[in-house]
Amino acid sequence: MSPTQWELPPELCCRPMAFVALTGLDVVYNAIHRAIWDAFCANRRADRVPISFKVLPGDHEYPKCRTKRTSYEWYIPKGILKTGWMNKHLNLVPALVVLFYELDWDDAQWKEKQSECATKVEIVRTSLQGRNTKVAVVLIQKKTPLPPGEDVVASERAAALCNACDLSAKSLFVLPHTDHLVGYIIRLENAFYEHAQTYYYNEIRRVKSHKEFLNKTTHQLLFVRHQFKTGFFSELKQDTQNALKYYKTAYSLIHELRAYETNMLEIKTLAGFINYKICRLCFQHNTPLDAIAQFRKHIDLCKKKIGSAELAFEHAAWMSKQFQSFGDLFDEAIKLGLTAIQTQNPGFYYQQAACYAQERKQQATQLCSHETSVSFPTPDPLETVSGALDFYGQRPWRQGHQSIDPPDAEKEKQGILALQLKEKDVLHSELIIALLSNAVAQFKKYKCPRMKSHLMVQMGEEYYNAKDYTKALKLLDYVMCDYRTERWWTLLTSILCTALKCSYLMGHIKDYITYSMELVGRASTLREDQKSRIEKNLIRVLMNEVPEPEPECDPGSVKAAQVLWSDRASLASNNEFTVEVQDYVPFIQCKAKFLSPSFHVDEPVQLHVYLRADCPHPVRFAKLCVSLSNQEYNQFCLVEEACRGKDILETSSQQNMCLVPGKARKYCFKFVAKTEDVGRKIEITHVDLMLGSESGRCVYLNWRGGGGDAASGHEALQASRSFKRRICVPEQQVDWDAVSIQASTMIISRVPRISVQLHHDPPALTNEMYCMTVTIQSDEDMVARDVSLTAGLKPGQDANLTQMTYVTLNSSETCDEAHPALLTDISIGELQPGQKIEKKLYIRCVSTGSRIFLFHVSYAMSTTVEGKDITCRCHKDEAVTIDTVVPFDVAFKFVSTKFEHLERVYVNVPFLLMADILSASPWPVNLVSSELQLASNMTAVDEPQSQVEGVVLQTGECASECFSLSCPPVRNGTSTVAAGHYLISWKRKSACAETPVVKTSMILPHVIVETIPLYVHADMPSFGRVRESLPVRYHIENRTGLVQDVDLSVEPSDAFMFSGLKQVRMRILPGAEQEMVYNFYPLMAGYQNLPVLNINLLRFPNISNQLLRRFLPTRIFIKPQGRNGDASIAAA
Amino acid sequence: MAVCVAVIAKENYPLYIRSIPTQSELKFHYTVHTSLDVVEEKISAVGKVMADQRELYLGLLYPTEDYKVYGYVTNSKVKFVIVVDSSNTSLRDNEIRSMFRKLHNSFTDVMCNPFYNPGDPIQSKAFDSTVSAMMVASS
Repeated sequence: MSPTQWELPPELCCRPMAFVALTGLDVVYNAIHRAIWDAFCANRRADRVPISFKVLPGDHEYPKCRTKRTSYEWYIPKGILKTGWMNKHLNLVPALVVLFYELDWDDAQWKEKQSECATKVEIVRTSLQGRNTKVAVVLIQKKTPLPPGEDVVASERAAALCNACDLSAKSLFVLPHTDHLVGYIIRLENAFYEHAQTYYYNEIRRVKSHKEFLNKTTHQLLFVRHQFKTGFFSELKQDTQNALKYYKTAYSLIHELRAYETNMLEIKTLAGFINYKICRLCFQHNTPLDAIAQFRKHIDLCKKKIGSAELAFEHAAWMSKQFQSFGDLFDEAIKLGLTAIQTQNPGFYYQQAACYAQERKQQATQLCSHETSVSFPTPDPLETVSGALDFYGQRPWRQGHQSIDPPDAEKEKQGILALQLKEKDVLHSELIIALLSNAVAQFKKYKCPRMKSHLMVQMGEEYYNAKDYTKALKLLDYVMCDYRTERWWTLLTSILCTALKCSYLMGHIKDYITYSMELVGRASTLREDQKSRIEKNLIRVLMNEVPEPEPECDPGSVKAAQVLWSDRASLASNNEFTVEVQDYVPFIQCKAKFLSPSFHVDEPVQLHVYLRADCPHPVRFAKLCVSLSNQEYNQFCLVEEACRGKDILETSSQQNMCLVPGKARKYCFKFVAKTEDVGRKIEITHVDLMLGSESGRCVYLNWRGGGGDAASGHEALQASRSFKRRICVPEQQVDWDAVSIQASTMIISRVPRISVQLHHDPPALTNEMYCMTVTIQSDEDMVARDVSLTAGLKPGQDANLTQMTYVTLNSSETCDEAHPALLTDISIGELQPGQKIEKKLYIRCVSTGSRIFLFHVSYAMSTTVEGKDITCRCHKDEAVTIDTVVPFDVAFKFVSTKFEHLERVYVNVPFLLMADILSASPWPVNLVSSELQLASNMTAVDEPQSQVEGVVLQTGECASECFSLSCPPVRNGTSTVAAGHYLISWKRKSACAETPVVKTSMILPHVIVETIPLYVHADMPSFGRVRESLPVRYHIENRTGLVQDVDLSVEPSDAFMFSGLKQVRMRILPGAEQEMVYNFYPLMAGYQNLPVLNINLLRFPNISNQLLRRFLPTRIFIKPQGRNGDASIAAA
Repeated sequence: MAVCVAVIAKENYPLYIRSIPTQSELKFHYTVHTSLDVVEEKISAVGKVMADQRELYLGLLYPTEDYKVYGYVTNSKVKFVIVVDSSNTSLRDNEIRSMFRKLHNSFTDVMCNPFYNPGDPIQSKAFDSTVSAMMVASS
C-alpha cells in the first residue's frame, strides 16, 4: 500500500466519457490520417459531444470477456468493486470500434478492396468476442460524394459492402477528404455518439438483468456493485440524472451491509467513492445544498465507524480525506460559477480535514510508538502477487475474504504491525499544514479574518511541532498583533508562549526578550509563578547568561538550543538590542509629560517621566533617557547610574533605579529652553530605558513619542470613564491612571511689559497723508534694548492692498509707489524703565476700503533663569482696522450760456463747465485751490480763475464753480472730444501746516462737439423800459463755404411794437455776416417775450428754427415807465 | 445546554468568557473569537437596512463538527455568544433565544450597577449564576 492510499483513484474523479476506438488510421506516416485524427482530438470544446477517442491498431486485443454466468446460486462475491473495473470501461473496452478504410466508390479494384475491408471488420469482431461493442466502417474518399440517390453506383456498392461486412446501413459512413474536414468529422462523431449511447444503454440493461438472480443473504455486495455499475454506465451515457439516482440507491444499500471490523475499511472506501460521485453530480446539477446535505449525512453515518481500534488513525485519515475531497469539489464548483458565502465555503471543510489530520497524527503517535527494536515483518504482509489489490478497500493479506473473523490471526497481527510502522513514517505535519493553508486561502476570500488568524496560529503550532521554528515564528508573529489590538489576552498569551519556545530553541535573543517582556507584563494571563520563571530567565539573558529551557520542549532541540545560547553568550559583540515597545504590551509602562503645553522662554521647561513595572519581581534599569526634537536638551533628560555587575535583582540603596512592581515612579527633568527655540515646538521623539549593562548585554526599551503601548490607550479611556474618584495619593506616590501623556510643548516668548498706544482720527481719506501717532511706554524694570517698531499694512491681506498703501515716517512729502506698505524694524534704540516714546507715521491709501494695520514693537531684555543669564526678545503687537473713504465727490456738467443743459456743444459757440464739489468726509476739508487743465481742443473764453480757493467744506456741504469755454472747429462736423482735467488741492482742516496738500486730479467728462452752418446771436441791452426804444441787432453768420439763402421773418408780439424788416429773403456769402437791426418798442412791463425771429435755411432744411433760436434770448425784462426826471430809476 | 458563554465588548474584546471545565478553555476562546467574523458580517449587512428595528438574535453563526455557535447583539453592539454541543440535537431555536434573553437581562443588571464601569471585564456573582444555570442544565 502506498502512502497515498487515501487518495481517491483518478478514474473515480474524472468525468466519464463514452469511449470510442478508431482503427485503421496510420497517424504516423499518413498525412491524411493524421489530419483526420487531429480533427477528432483537437479543439474539443464543451459544444462537442463528450467522447474519448483512442487510435488502436486494427488487430488490437481488447480485454477478454469472461463467460457469462448463467446462475448466481453458488456464487459468493469476494468484494464490492474490483479495482480495475472503472478503468476498464473508461479506457479499455470501447463502446464503438470504428474502422477507417480508404475506398472510393469508383475504385478500379473495388472487389478486392471490398473483401479486404470485410476481413478487417471480421478481425475486429473476433477480438471483441462476447462484448456488445458496435463496429462501424468509415470510407475515406478522395471525391466529394454526389447528393444521395443520384449516384447509382454508390448506393449499389454501399449495399454490397454492408452485406459483405455484415453491417447495418447505419454503421457505414463516408468521409470525403475535402476542405470541410472538420464539419464532416463533427457529423461523424455525432453519429458515433448515438451508437455509444445505445451501447451503454444495453450495458445498463444487462447489469440490471442480473438482479433477478440475486438473493439478499449471500449477494448483498452484488446489489451495491450493480447499482454502482449502472450509475457509472449512466454517467458514460451522459445521463447524469439517472446516474445520481443509481448512486443514491447504491449509497443506501452500502449502509445496509453488515459492517464488522474486517470489512469496515472496504465499506467506508466504497461509501466514500459513492458519496464523492453523488456530491460531484449534485454540484454539477447546480444543487449545492443537496451536495452539502449528502455530505453531512455521509459524515454522520460514517463518523462512528472507526473499525479496528489498533488502526484508529486510518479512520481519522479517511475522515480527513472525505472532508478534503469535498472541499476540493466545492472549490471546483465555485470556480465554475457557484457562489459561496461566509458561513458555507470550502474553508470549513479544509479546516475540518486538518482537524482530522491532527487527530490522525495524535492517534498515530499513540498507536505507533513502537520500540525501535520492532522490525518490519517479513515477508511483507502488504505485498500482493500483482502488486495491487483486486478489490477496493481490502486488506492485502486477506483479499477476497468476507468472513467476520480474520482467517489467520497471526497474519492479521503482522499486517496491523506493518500498517502501524508505515504510519510512523508519514509526515503528518506536512499534511496538516497543507490543509490549513488551503483553509486559510478560503477564509481570506470569504472575509473571515479571525478564522484566518486562528488557522495561521494552528499552522504556526504545527510548524513548531515539525521543528520548523523559523516558519512557526514568522506565522505567529504575523497574527500576534491582531490578537493584541483586539485585546484577546488569553489567546495572545498562548501564542506568545509558543513563540517564546521557538525563539528559545532558535537562540534568537531579541525575540526571546520581546516575548518574555510581554509574557511577564500585564497583558499576559499566565500564573504568577510562570511569570516569575520567565522574568528570572529574562534577567539571565540580560546578564548574558543562558536561560533555563522552556517547559515541554523537545529534549533534542533543547540540547541544541543550549549550545546555541552559550555560543551567543561568549560572543562579545552584537549584545545591544533596541526593542520598540509601543506596539507591544511590555512589562514596564512609561508615560512622559511636559507639565504645560507651553513654556515662556524665561521659565524652565519641566518634564516628568513616569515608569511602572508590572512584573512579579522588582526590576533595575541602568539608564533612562528622553530624546527631544532638539537634541541639545537630551543631556538634561537623563538618569544614569553605572550598574554594577550582578545586583540587578537586589533592591539596593540605589532606590532610584529600581522599579517596584505595581508602584509608579516619577522622574523629574528641568531645563532652560534656548532663545532660538522661541516659537518652536519641543517634542519627545522617544523615551529609552536601558536594561542590563553596557559591559554585558543591554536592551533598550524604546517608546516612540511620550510613551504608551498597545494597551495603554484603552486603559486610559477606561480610567477616564471610571466612577472611581481620584483618590488623594500621598506625596511620593502617583496615581498611574491619572497621568496623561503630553509629548510636546511650545516655547513662547517672554511676556512683554510695555504698552503700545495709537492715536489717530479715522477714517482715512483717499490719497491723504494719514497721520498715526504710536506711543510706546516701557513698564520694564530694566533697560529695554534694541527696541524696534514694525508698522504698516498687516501681511496676509488682499495682495492688491500692498500696491494701494504707502507708509512713511516723513511728513513733508507725499509718498508714492517707491514707499513700502510695511515699514520694518524702525530702530528706536533703548528704552529706560518708565520711558515713553512717540512716533508719527504717515499712511497714504490710494484706494478706499478697510485695511488692518499692524504695529509690532520688539525689544531685547536680559534676564536670569535658574541661575542662567539669557537674553530674550519680547514683542507686543497692536493691530487696528482703518477705513478709507473719499473726501468729496465732484460732479461736472456742461451748460449753455443760458444755463441750459447741453447735450452737445457747437464749434465756436461759448458754453459753461460747472463743477460741484460735495464733501463726503466726516472731517472738515480745506480746499486750497482748484485748477482747470484743458485739453488742446478746448479753450477758455477768458482767463479761468479758481472760485473755491480757501473754502472749507464741512460734512455734506457743497462748493461749485464754473468756467466759460468754447471749442475750436473740429474736423468731421461732429466728434466726441476730451475736455481735460480738473485738479483740486486740499488737506484736512486739522492737518498741520507742514502736511503737504493733496492734489486730486479728476478727468472731465467727454463732450460731443458739432459744427453748425449758421450762427445767430443778438446784441441788445440787458433790459428795456416801457415806451422807450429798445435797439436790437441780430447777427447772422454763415459758417459754411457756400452762399446761403436765408428766409427771415419776425412774428408780431403783443408786448412790443417794432420797426425793421418784417420778412426778408437774403443771401449771405461764405464766411460773411449779416446784421439785422430792429427797434423794439416795449408796451408792457415785466418779463416779456421778445418777438420771435424765424430763420429758415433753404439749403439746410434739417437745421431747424428751434435750434437756431436757442442762441437767441427769448425774453427781456422791461422796466415800468418811471416818473419823468426820476434819474435814479433811469439809472437802475 | 451551553458549553461556553461569552460576552464581547463593542470593540470586540472579551468582557466575560466561561466554558465547561472539562475541555480546553483555549479552544473555546478561539471558537468565540472566530465567530466574531460572522457576527461582524451580519451586523454590517443588517445595518444597511434598518438599524433601529434590528433583530437582536443573530441565529446560528456557523456549525462546526463538534459545536454550534449562536450569536446575539445588543443595541449597544455588545455581543453574546453561546456555544452548544452539536450532539445536543434536541435544543430548539426558541430555547436558544430564551437563553440569550436571560443573558441579556442579567447583563442589563450588570450595566445598571453604578459601580460597574462599562468596558471592564464583568465580575458579578449574579451574572455568574445566570451563566452557570445555562451550563448546568445541559449536563
